[in-house]
Amino acid sequence: MNIVNFTPVTATLGGILIGLAVVIFFLFNGRLVGISGIAANTLTNKENRFDNILFLLGLVIGPILYSQFANNDIKITISNSFILLIIAGLLVGIGTRISGGCTSGHGICGCGRFSLRSIVATITFMIVGILTVLVKSFI
Amino acid sequence: MNKLVSLISGIIFGIGLVISEMINPEKVLGFLDLFGNWDPSLAFVMIGALIVSSPLFHIIKKKEKPIFAENFNYSNNKSINNKLILGSAIFGAGWGLIGLCPGPAISSIALLDIHSITFVIAMFVGFYLVKLINLDN
Repeated sequence: MNIVNFTPVTATLGGILIGLAVVIFFLFNGRLVGISGIAANTLTNKENRFDNILFLLGLVIGPILYSQFANNDIKITISNSFILLIIAGLLVGIGTRISGGCTSGHGICGCGRFSLRSIVATITFMIVGILTVLVKSFI
Repeated sequence: MNKLVSLISGIIFGIGLVISEMINPEKVLGFLDLFGNWDPSLAFVMIGALIVSSPLFHIIKKKEKPIFAENFNYSNNKSINNKLILGSAIFGAGWGLIGLCPGPAISSIALLDIHSITFVIAMFVGFYLVKLINLDN
């Protein structure tokens, strides 16, 4: 194992903002930020639909505001295989709904309130994610 | 007012994803590459978020009700069952293939990148399929 590209300061800072967003949503609206649930419910559930759409809109506006004010272009590196993108998107959509949460719902909110169920989910998707990357490196 | 809160929480969350670079799939794959070239940053994002949210959750939970809603509304599901493990494993496989989970995937729509938009569309199809066969948790 080599440690590369490690950015602890911006990672922690960004994490604190994410924590703050989750706390604000809970304190004012009484709900936990589970993004897979929020996103799926905009599609399949009438309850709180407008709230959910606004939250997702915020997720998209955030990076735009940041790049405007920080005068900083956001660069991402992503696979260009459409087959892989579609398979991965389907797996993420299906998996998070079957388990009832993703990195935010189980990983941050669930672990944050010491839910054993969420801790088990988080450990599971992390281990499988690590194994997937390991297997990919041999292909 | 709760509509405004939803929007603002989303914006702050989205900015957090950009500053921590979790919006970049390469950065996330770096974290999952534990046995290769490992980038521990994602763990620090989780720690940063948990330092803030964990103590405040426990304080806020004791309040009678949220500020702009009638009651607290969250799952008390404690069951650790096959669906939880199977679903998490399926999610982990998709996450490890591309390096996107739902939050960063939706935020990255801002970049108008056809690749991440393709992923998001497939993800929503996945949400819908699970609803269709009533397997959602």
